[in-house]
Amino acid sequence: MTTRTIVVVSAGLGQPSSTRLLADQLAAATARGLPAGTQIITIELRKLAHDIVDNLLTGFPSPALGEAIGQMLRADALIAVTPLYNGSYTGLFKSFFDVLDSDTVAGKPVLIAATGGTARHSLALEHAIRPLFSYLRAVTVPTAVFAATEDWGSAGSSGRALGARIERAGSELAALIDQRQPAAEADPYASAPSFGQLLHSR
Amino acid sequence: MQFGIFTVGDVTTDPTTGRTPTEYERIKAMVEMARKAEEVGLDVFATGEHHNPPFVPSSPTTMLGYIAAQTHNLILSTATTLITTNDPVKIAEDFAVLQHLADGRVDLMLGRGNTGPVYPWFGQDIRKGIELAIENYHLLHRLWREDVVDAEGEFRTPLQGFTSVPRPLDGVPPFVWHGSIRSPEIAEQAAFYGDGFFANHIFWPTEHFVRLVGYYRQRFAHYGHGTPEQAVVGLGGQVFMRKNSQDAVREFRPYFDNAPVYGHGPSLEDFTSQTPLTVGSPQEVIDKTLTFRDHFGDYQRQLFLMDHAGLPLKVVLEQLDLLGEVVPVLRRELDALRPAGVPDGPTHQARVAASLTDAGSDLETSSR
Repeated sequence: MTTRTIVVVSAGLGQPSSTRLLADQLAAATARGLPAGTQIITIELRKLAHDIVDNLLTGFPSPALGEAIGQMLRADALIAVTPLYNGSYTGLFKSFFDVLDSDTVAGKPVLIAATGGTARHSLALEHAIRPLFSYLRAVTVPTAVFAATEDWGSAGSSGRALGARIERAGSELAALIDQRQPAAEADPYASAPSFGQLLHSR
Repeated sequence: MQFGIFTVGDVTTDPTTGRTPTEYERIKAMVEMARKAEEVGLDVFATGEHHNPPFVPSSPTTMLGYIAAQTHNLILSTATTLITTNDPVKIAEDFAVLQHLADGRVDLMLGRGNTGPVYPWFGQDIRKGIELAIENYHLLHRLWREDVVDAEGEFRTPLQGFTSVPRPLDGVPPFVWHGSIRSPEIAEQAAFYGDGFFANHIFWPTEHFVRLVGYYRQRFAHYGHGTPEQAVVGLGGQVFMRKNSQDAVREFRPYFDNAPVYGHGPSLEDFTSQTPLTVGSPQEVIDKTLTFRDHFGDYQRQLFLMDHAGLPLKVVLEQLDLLGEVVPVLRRELDALRPAGVPDGPTHQARVAASLTDAGSDLETSSR
């Protein structure tokens, strides 16, 4: 049986980062729904921030960013987590997806999640982040997870609600992965048209 | 092996002085560079084609005709001629006239152009870029090989009984290179016709182009033009040299940091490690350029970008003097490594000779 790979993209900037904490918990919840040995690769965008801007300017990735993009291409699923700034994903989070080729995440199951100061920001997941992944033709799982600062300290209902939501989102992603064939990286040369097709395709 | 220079023809402010050349100065500077290229023993001068500021070369054959009159051995070429937005009939005519005036010292590199607004300015649509390149070149190829052409396509008024004049010099059309930085379709096109493929890999990592050139070589063989090793490959390069490496880095850094394409992005050190750019001593340029063959195999043409980012003409001419010292070493090394059976860079004389040999063998065959 093929080992499945989940790539976790964390756009948290603090160290330690509550965004990374949420990302790790989502990855763990997803892995619980999949066979042992599922591979989790975490990409911290903070470490690639300069490379991402350079790629915007030059049009090609540095070796480190290129490796991260390769991991995205080969991933069976993504978990994408960003802090919310000014009511939306951070510029760094968006810039990372802006430098990917347009088909990089097409068809891949994606769990979306975000962190913010208060629950007033939670619908940014639905009005900003889910449309981004719809545009990229990814398959987002129904449950999106938002964690406000107060959720982390709460032993009461809101803390338990976060935990339950993480579990539900993780199991939804695991189920989607389970239904699908293992990811195969597209080869543009294997599908390149012959000259006869190019000349007579019109 | 052919060596030369190619220029984008950008009008860029010198970041060290704040001075911007006039269009007149820039156009004349490009001519000076071409004359210098011949003087220091280079083989090729190629100009870009652009139809928007801050670029000046909108009419390449006008410039190349002027240079042809002032040079004797230099091959005049383009980098690139826009096969998408130019009328293929006009390309056929312009380059045929140039070929006669220059006694055959002419070839051209076709490209699609990546500036969206240029397409509608010329009545086209960038989303049809590949289709335009395929159809237009198919017509251009016929116009140079068939005396009377009937043609009908999607993008141009049909032709009935059309003869493109003048006919190619000695009946041999200019050699054509197809340039692309990421499209297998263009590598396929070059391979189908047995034309050259030029990978301008100066702004991107080498690994990306290795696959593209490999694909072209494999398809070149598929279409029966020879072995993959016999496919005709050209590569870009970008260098800045001083006798001492540190002097080159110090002098070039402000130009690099403010360059139109990659300025304000990665450091000079990162960019030189990730792309073919070499800033250093002549020996470093030799060493780095020799690695191209390791990646791409034996190839036929090496063009260097020497004059962008606002470098003043005086400095560019000094750079060409240095290039004139580097190229004989590269030529000796690469020619010695190239196996028998792998062709040299294409010239009109060699192609005329080959066409006569072909005609001769056809006669032999038919007389049997």
